Amino acid sequence: MEPKKLNWQEFFIPRLIKASGYSAILFVALIFFFLLREGLPALGEVKLGDLFSERWYPIESHFGVLPLITGSLIITVGAMLVALPFGIGTAIFMAEVAPRWMREILKPLVELLGGLPSVVLGFLGILVLSPFLRVFLDLPTGLTALAGALLLGGIAVPTIVSIAEDALDAVPYSYREAAWAMGATRWQTIWRVTLPAARSGVLTAVMLGIGRTIGETMAVMMVTGNAPVLALALTSIFHPVRTMTATIAAEMGEVASGSVHYHVLFFIGLVLFIISLIVNVAASSVVFKSKKRAERVLS
Amino acid sequence: MKRASFSNRDLIQRLGFSLLTLVALVTVLPILAVVMYIITEGAPAMSWEFLTAMPRDGMRAGGILPAIVGTFYLTLGTAIFSVPLGIAAAIYLSEYARENWLTRIIRIAIINLAGIPSVVYGLFGMGLFVIFLKFGTSILAASLTLSIMTLPVIISASEEALRAVPQAFRTVSISLGGTRWQTIRRIVLPQALPGILTGVILGLERAAGETAPILFTGAAFFLPRLPGSPLDATMALPYHLFVISTQVPEMPFQIQYGTALVLIAFVLGMNIIATVIRSRARAKRQW
Repeated sequence: MEPKKLNWQEFFIPRLIKASGYSAILFVALIFFFLLREGLPALGEVKLGDLFSERWYPIESHFGVLPLITGSLIITVGAMLVALPFGIGTAIFMAEVAPRWMREILKPLVELLGGLPSVVLGFLGILVLSPFLRVFLDLPTGLTALAGALLLGGIAVPTIVSIAEDALDAVPYSYREAAWAMGATRWQTIWRVTLPAARSGVLTAVMLGIGRTIGETMAVMMVTGNAPVLALALTSIFHPVRTMTATIAAEMGEVASGSVHYHVLFFIGLVLFIISLIVNVAASSVVFKSKKRAERVLS
Repeated sequence: MKRASFSNRDLIQRLGFSLLTLVALVTVLPILAVVMYIITEGAPAMSWEFLTAMPRDGMRAGGILPAIVGTFYLTLGTAIFSVPLGIAAAIYLSEYARENWLTRIIRIAIINLAGIPSVVYGLFGMGLFVIFLKFGTSILAASLTLSIMTLPVIISASEEALRAVPQAFRTVSISLGGTRWQTIRRIVLPQALPGILTGVILGLERAAGETAPILFTGAAFFLPRLPGSPLDATMALPYHLFVISTQVPEMPFQIQYGTALVLIAFVLGMNIIATVIRSRARAKRQW
């Protein structure tokens, strides 16, 4: 009887496994389909000129998404100004400078930050960071784009550090040895040999960091003050703003399913989905390309 | 002159390394500070009542039991859907798939799933599970939403663990007359299990701490009883922390910090378990 049972297993299980393998494609397609289904009607219900206007006030049917887009932009740029130097600096320190024992301590700590729920960081943002900013910078409120950018910088750091460190680690040791043998200092080797050799991986780290920042919801919603005003000037960083993600999270609970407001919120979700699609396809194509180059060099 | 330029280079290196050290410290120390701060501020709130009682007085007193139980159920529900599917997908990618364009599309899809904003998962879950499939705002709908979000983490970690098993193990099993599935089930999977388990726990840890995907799919603002079925909505720790820190006026700080402490204990506890499994497996491994 044993062989028969085996045949049954050998027939079904690989097919089941194969189907599971393809499920990722199915889910991306499903997500895209539902965003289109619920979001596209917005284009018919709101005039394109009104949709890309500067007034977001859904109660009076003003659905201008520009303030939300500029809000997301200013916070993402601010967060990157924080996360890039600190994230990449920490990655270089861990991969190239720190002794082994220190690395063993730093790595779990950075992973710890990656594991902290964003709602906890938002909570501390309300109780600790924004009161500090209000007093320190003498602002009317601490719940500003700046608070959001600082928190998001922290949230993007673990992504950037772990990917950039992997990329630096992957640079063959012989590259460094060659540079040292030519008389370069370790510092010069880092900037002129290791970092350029790892640049595609570091670029991936940066892009995925940006993706993570644009998509962050809870922490941003809690600390940015949620005022949908156009953020175009540099001083906007000291004012409350509101991002695309926070708008969806704050308003979706209260709209009637099928209303114009509901469709517009799904439309914003569609825009976010497409942004993350572009960022991730770009990031992964950088990886694929550099892999191909490595294969060419090695063969 | 030459000597001078040499010491100049050394000076630059020393300054540069100091700067990098400083950058790393400024990055890492706040992490420790955050965790220590929540522990010290939240510890006074810890009591048997806080952990095992229902909330009272509009959540301003009593305990947070329904939120703890809710997060436990949501994590369990996420595991039920995402673990078998994720491991099976990883087996496909590591053991069956050929490197062709279709496999590449699967990989791109996985990378994209990992990058989709959590609030967009919330929208999708609401569109598909809550409204289209009529599950309502429920543990079932929220768990399914979280499962899809967790899937890429589990797939990538499991695939890495499976690929780390030396090819020779498979060759020996096949040469002894084992079939492909027997080889995977009896040889490859047991060897990769600690790595898979680590990935699974890290994925579920993320799911346990997420708020945005459950906002419109299963989270209840205030529900002073334990959920009775998978079709009930539920309170959850992350959403509860959001509610009491932004939506409820005159909320005692102690309860807020206490809730934050329970949440990070839940999440970091899973993190520590994963780390222990990983390091023990590494110590035992013979290849």
